[in-house]
This record gives sequence, C-alpha cells and structure tokens, in this order.
Amino acid sequence: MRSIRQDFPAFDRLERPLHFLDNAATSQICRPALEALLGFETEDRSNVKRGVYARAERASAAFDDARKSAAAFLNAARPEEVVFTSGATLGLNTAAHILEHRLEPGDVILVSLLEHHSNLVPWQLAAERRGASMRAIPVTDDGRLDLDRLDELAKGVKIVAVTHASNVTGAVTDVQRLRAFCDATGALLVLDGAQRAAHGPLDVQALGCDLYAFSGHKCFGPTGIGVLWGRYDLLDSAPPFLGGGEMIRRVNIERSTYAPPPHRYEAGTPPIGGAIALGAALRWAMAQDWTALEEQERELAGRMLDGLAAMPGCRVYGSTGTQARIGVVSFELEDVHAHDVCQLMDSDHGVMMRGGHHCAQPLMERFDTVATARASLAPYNDAADVAALLDGLLAVRRKLA
Amino acid sequence: MNDALYDQAIIAEARSKTGAGRLEHPTVTAECDNPLCGDRITVALGVEDGRIVDLAHKTRGCLLTQAAASLLARHAKDADPAKARELRDAIEAFLKGGEDERFAILTPVRNAKSRWDCVTLPFQALADAITDLERRA
Ligand SMILES: Cc1ncc(COP(=O)(O)O)c(C=O)c1O
Repeated sequence: MRSIRQDFPAFDRLERPLHFLDNAATSQICRPALEALLGFETEDRSNVKRGVYARAERASAAFDDARKSAAAFLNAARPEEVVFTSGATLGLNTAAHILEHRLEPGDVILVSLLEHHSNLVPWQLAAERRGASMRAIPVTDDGRLDLDRLDELAKGVKIVAVTHASNVTGAVTDVQRLRAFCDATGALLVLDGAQRAAHGPLDVQALGCDLYAFSGHKCFGPTGIGVLWGRYDLLDSAPPFLGGGEMIRRVNIERSTYAPPPHRYEAGTPPIGGAIALGAALRWAMAQDWTALEEQERELAGRMLDGLAAMPGCRVYGSTGTQARIGVVSFELEDVHAHDVCQLMDSDHGVMMRGGHHCAQPLMERFDTVATARASLAPYNDAADVAALLDGLLAVRRKLA
Repeated sequence: MNDALYDQAIIAEARSKTGAGRLEHPTVTAECDNPLCGDRITVALGVEDGRIVDLAHKTRGCLLTQAAASLLARHAKDADPAKARELRDAIEAFLKGGEDERFAILTPVRNAKSRWDCVTLPFQALADAITDLERRA
C-alpha cells in the first residue's frame, strides 16, 4: 500500500525514525507544495501583476490559481474573498482592523479562555482604540467552550472571535451554536482556523462565519503565508490596513483611492512563491480521503489518551474522549517540568513535541498550571510514533520523577 | 548530546533545593519571569551590614532553573551584594564558554542554547533585587 509519507519529503532520507509530534506548531511540508515553490522560484520567478512578458504572465496565473485553490478549500463564494496574509496572526489582526470601526464605546468583543494570544491581543488593541471592552467565554473542566453560558454573556456583544479548534486541548468548537447566538444578537463571527485547517477542507458558508483565518505552515504548506477569508461585503466595508503598492487604485499626494478586496489588504509584493505553494498544499489536502484520515487520527489519539490515562502521575488537560476533537493532546507529568520532558523525549527517544504555555496563558491560568507538554498528530503519524511517545514518557518519568 | 543535560550532577543540584523557601522579613525581593515558558522565580534577600545574610528563593521552573537556583543560593549567600550581582554576568560568560569552577556542573547547558534563559533566570532575579536595594539606599 502506498504510504502517505511518500508525499512528505521530510521522510525521504532518514537516518533514524522521525517521530514528529509537534504538528500543531508547524507541520511538515507536502511534496506538491515544495515542488510548486521550487517550480516558481526557478521557472517563473518574477513579480505579479506588473510584467507583460511570458514569465510574469505565468507567475500571475499561478498566483491567481492559488487564490482559486484557497477559495475551493474553504468553499468560498468567490476567489476575491481570499486575502493572502503572512499567516493566521496577520489574518486576525486584519480581521480586527476590518471590524473595529463598527465598535462604539461600551460595545463588547466576546473571545474565550481557549484563545491563542493571536486571537486575543489584536482584539484587545481594537477594543482599546474604540473604547470597547473584552469578555471571555469560560472553559469547562474538560477544556471546551462553555457555551451553556452564552446567554448570560450576550449584553453588548458586537463581535465574537473564537478558535475553531484549540491548540492546547484539541477541542473543536460547536460553531452552530455560536452562529445561532450571533443570529440572535446580530454579532459578527470570526473564527481562528489555525488548527482546524490542518484537518481537511472547510465550508465557510455552511459554518456561517463572517471571517476565517489560518496559516499555511500548519497545513503542509510553506511558512510566511496564510489566508484571511471574509464575506465580500465585509471585506469591502473597511479601509485598507497597510498602505503601499498593489492596494491602490489611484494615488495623489494628498490621498488615494483603494483597490477592491482582496488587493486592498495585500499591500506590497505578496509572498508569491509561498502563495503558489500553499495553493498546491491545499489542492493536495482536497485530494485526500479525510474520512479515512480522521478515522486514523481518532484511533491514534485514542491510543495516546489511553496510554496517558494509564500512566501514573500523568494529568491530561482537556477531554480524554476522541469525539469533537483534533489529535492535539496536552498533559503534565507530576513533578517533571514540561521542558524537561520535551528535551529528554527528543534526545533519548527521538520524539519531537512541545512544552510551554502554547501562547494560551489565560487557559493555563484556568487550569492552574504554567506549562504543559503537548503531542499533536498529522496524517503521516503512525502507531510507531505513539508507541515511541508513550514508551519515552515512561522512561522520562523513571529518570526524573 | 542533550542527554548530558540531565546528568546526575544537575539532577542532584536541582533536588538539593538549596535555598528554597521564604524569608520572614526580607530586606528586598525580586520576581523574574521566563516569557517563553511562564516559569517564575522569586528571590528574597536579607541584607545586613553590607552582606547577604539570608537568601531564599521560590522557584516554579524546570530542572535547569531549579539547579541554577540552588547554585545561586550557594554562591550568593554571605556575599557582598555588589559582588553577588556580578554572578549574573558570570553565568552568562560561563555559558558562552568561559571557565568558572562555580558553574562547572552546568557545562552541558552550553550546547543547548534554547535553555540558556532557564539557567540565567535566577541570577537575573538576584541582580534585579540588588539593583532595587541600591536604588533605595
Ligand atoms: C489556535 C492558533 N491561533 C493562531 C496561531 C498563530 O499562527 P501563526 O503563528 O502561524 O500566525 C496559532 C499557532 O501558533 C494557533 O495554534
């Protein structure tokens, strides 16, 4: 049987097994993305939209195709709803910029305790500029949004900005309930898809969100590129975020008129190769059988969770079940600091994972901890990776606890 | 290579918890965070007649931070505050390759640059405490 690993150059020439379980931070690049990047940089490299020669025409066409691929991946109504950004962080900052002029003093931005700092700080800055305030959806003991509390949080809410899937507990958000809440209150819904986008194609129209952001490097594409999707009328309702070339219609010394979306939000030469490679990664993702991949991930996550549950002195943060989650699992070994765990897991057991607060300090506080260890799965992970993780943790415990 | 990070000498130094605890009436205290991981150390000093007569630290951190905090307690206690503050630069010079008997057990950390901050954190807290003390004087 053909292994999905053949699609990932990282596994081409290994001297020892690569147990890469830090996929929630950055995943490995898939071969079509790397080849598209190389193809652009060698065959087509030139600027887009400005050249009239054939090489530049090819670059522009490939860049436009990448936008179409991203639109297809998201099931966007049209490619012009896809804004290329440097990643989820710039996407969310742009989202905050697009929505902030709707805020009046006293209005509320509803976030959650699960948020990555990237989906928190941009909204804090917007709130500060507009005299609005922040409110947070609490988190249940098993690491999910406590949506039963929504009604009591509703007053004054104009924007709801939450993660589609948690980078700490792996919980997948019940977007339907948030959509109903937004329908009832008239709030706009922004989703941070940084984690969810690595788990297969999306349907932003069915989700019913207004803006959606993700990063290429977490979904098998290159670093330095990401997507902000937005409903066209929303994208068209705000002034530019950054000024420069590509985003203008006509420039005078006093003032300029702006290009329509998406170019209004893409000042300067875009990361052309990155966008083209991301397009290839998203086409690769759309060609996969995600029902099978989800089943595989659920099975591996189940093994991981069972193994951790059986380990003495191990505490899992978040749900220990395999439903409504992605394969992101955070835990702590009693009396062993997460960084010590991760360092030894790498040096002694060849397992790469992450320790720290995962840029989610409010959640760490909620769980009354400082740092957790985190293992996160991608389609190329297998039972050997999970076995290496569990065996390694037992050895680390023997050594340090 | 990194394996040596967790050799017995470092583990033993961390476990010794030298100086761990709190002071009833500290002359000065300082708190220092490692923004990377959220680790935190609080160093409390009792200073009398230009000498650190008492030192206690509360350390929430990895093994390396704990080992460094123990070393800090060994070498700062009974020292003149201005001399003790020099430990901050001394640990950094040691990590960069300079010889210093006092920190010898931390030699494996030289190869793990991502963990240097873990080791300097306690010394930074001490330096902050002493700077605060001098500002008050
Ligand atoms: C949930 C979540 N949101 C946002 C981000 C930020 O992504 P990036 O650093 O690629 O901009 C991350 C990744 O670290 C994440 O996990």
